Amino acid sequence: MTSSFPKLLSATLVTLKLVSASLLFGIFLGTLFAILRTGKNKFLKAFSYYYSYIFRGTPMLVQLFIIYFGLAQIEYLRSSFLWVVLKEPYWCAIIAFALNTGAYTSEIFRSAFETIDKGIIEAGKSLGIPNSKIFYKIKLPIVLRQSLPAYGNEMILMLKGTSLASTVTLMDLTGVAKFIISTTYKPVEIFIVAGSIYLLITFVIHNIIKFLEKKYSFNN
Amino acid sequence: MELLKFGDSGWGDELFFATLMTLAVAITAMLIGFLFALIFTPLKISKNKTLNFISNFYTTVMRGVPELLVIYLFFFGGTAAVMYVAKIFGYDGYIEINAFVTGAFSIGIISGAYSTEVFRGAYLSIKRGQFEASKVLGLKTNVSFFKVIFPQMLRLAIPNITNVWQITLKDTALISVTGLVEIMRQSYIAAGSTRDPLLFYSVAAVLYLFLTFFSMKILNKLEVYYRRGY
Amino acid sequence: MKGIKKLILSIFASLFLISSNTYADNIKIATEGAYPPWNSKTSDGKLIGFEVDLANILCGYMKKHTCTIVEQDWDGMIPALKAKKYDAIMAGMSITDERKKVITFSQGYADEVASFAVMSGSNLEGIKTPVAINLSKGSNSATLNTLKKALAGKTVGVQTATIHQNFLESGKVGKVNVRTYKTQDEVNLDLAAGRIDAALAAAVAFTDYSKKSGKNVVLVGPTFAGGEFGNGVGVGIRQEDTGLVKDFNKAINKARRSGKLSELATIWFGFDASM
Repeated sequence: MTSSFPKLLSATLVTLKLVSASLLFGIFLGTLFAILRTGKNKFLKAFSYYYSYIFRGTPMLVQLFIIYFGLAQIEYLRSSFLWVVLKEPYWCAIIAFALNTGAYTSEIFRSAFETIDKGIIEAGKSLGIPNSKIFYKIKLPIVLRQSLPAYGNEMILMLKGTSLASTVTLMDLTGVAKFIISTTYKPVEIFIVAGSIYLLITFVIHNIIKFLEKKYSFNN
Repeated sequence: MELLKFGDSGWGDELFFATLMTLAVAITAMLIGFLFALIFTPLKISKNKTLNFISNFYTTVMRGVPELLVIYLFFFGGTAAVMYVAKIFGYDGYIEINAFVTGAFSIGIISGAYSTEVFRGAYLSIKRGQFEASKVLGLKTNVSFFKVIFPQMLRLAIPNITNVWQITLKDTALISVTGLVEIMRQSYIAAGSTRDPLLFYSVAAVLYLFLTFFSMKILNKLEVYYRRGY
Repeated sequence: MKGIKKLILSIFASLFLISSNTYADNIKIATEGAYPPWNSKTSDGKLIGFEVDLANILCGYMKKHTCTIVEQDWDGMIPALKAKKYDAIMAGMSITDERKKVITFSQGYADEVASFAVMSGSNLEGIKTPVAINLSKGSNSATLNTLKKALAGKTVGVQTATIHQNFLESGKVGKVNVRTYKTQDEVNLDLAAGRIDAALAAAVAFTDYSKKSGKNVVLVGPTFAGGEFGNGVGVGIRQEDTGLVKDFNKAINKARRSGKLSELATIWFGFDASM
């Protein structure tokens, strides 16, 4: 039991890497698709709607398996430059996770975009601020602040989601925990240790979000 | 397309029954979740600190720990726990808890944590005036709860319960690791035996989309029904 | 209609939490169903393979037992035996000293030699080694050194909790990147896809895959036996069930004498792998 502790800790590192990389790409995708969704182009609007619908309507495990096992089947892909990335289980996992969290993030941002008070935008326009500046300096900060609580939840869901990486050969926290359980047959002890590590990370994320919410509160 | 035919040569019928199995597990898990919510929501609302702590511990752990880990706990630990109890009563054989029960229970206990939060939220957002009004009218506590508060809780909870249903339905895919033949496991078997993972996992995705689409239709109707008069 | 009936029955069965094997004379034999040609599954879920046929024959010989063959994922195989979920394992499990610490085995019924495999065209294809080595006999350092050099920095796939994983992690062929998979099927898929440079498993697992999938998988290097690889495949049994070990040993003897054992091995492996 004590001998498995270092193994679990190094696996935690894998989990943390997966979460941060997925969230990073996911937030980029989320912003992009939220903008397309609230934009004027009908085709792009529909595209981002279906993207979000499909990725939110299917289990992430299916998405991961399609990307890992499914795409590897296509001969053409394997001889293309994309294979450099898709060859690695690590990148397959990050792509699947990022696309998934991107879909949820785009919904969070979209609803924040839609709740921006029209008056603020009009005020900006009447002051003669150019459109791009209105977007970066007014809209985006409001959206980000508005989205903080919901995005915090999404971060925690993503942390849990990375446990699926263990199904495509990556030894993350859950993968190592499962391996130890199936060799030592001590499910309860391992569950407590691995579970506590996850809860600890959740706790940290929760508090960072809380801190940010306070810092960027509308009331100061 | 040959591969998706019904009958001995194709996987159509297997996938069809796997879809029914997914639905059966998801519905059972949802109901088990409601049972848990029925126990833990009152504890959460209660003014007793210890009860609050118990309930918060449950919802925090079940919402903070990966579903897979919870499933492994029950899959590997459930049998051992039941056998341990049986041993106390003098029975020393193997007791099998079947994959359906393990799966529905582990997904249900997670689903219950989300449901608890939803019901607590619904209860808290009922206006104080409603409680006071029923007091003034002289309604007994249980009458006021079942006739005034509970119907409103339902109305407020349904949109969020719809989300819990979506989470629960998708979580059932993870039970495939225990060997229960639901959509994901069946696709895994078919993909392995035909060496065509792309086709079968895509079919799995379509089946899940189909399930979410139609269950959302039904739940939205329910929402409209409970919103009548508002 | 049959399917619906089956589904309803299985749902009803699941309402009864407990299904125990109270009959000592009915033994359950576990197999994986994912390691052809040893054991595998057909599209309608039926277990087939060398060990499934052999189990049925052995059970026919053991008059006092009736048998049920059950399926179990590989990574829980030994724990579930110890938890009494079933009474015997016939799943291409090699008899090794490591495993003998936790369970016991009947005598071996078939030889399993392990081998590395690569996709045809790989630069590993050219390595020159003896045809076979036995890690328990003689000095194999020259061969192991050749392999060490060839595999340096390469990624090798194996099924989890196998002798093959143990061997790679023993350091005997240097520091290779070991990637572990839940089933041999997944190892084969990733080998064919080119995600891993090589794989290590029972040689027949690769030849069987190559034949059925049409992929150009080739064996490279020596075949391995002895040491981590153990000595043949036997029936895994709980240490305290000494009676059952005797019964299986007798039945295996009978199968060998009657020629049934080598006949089955030839059918499933294409050569006589019985022992």
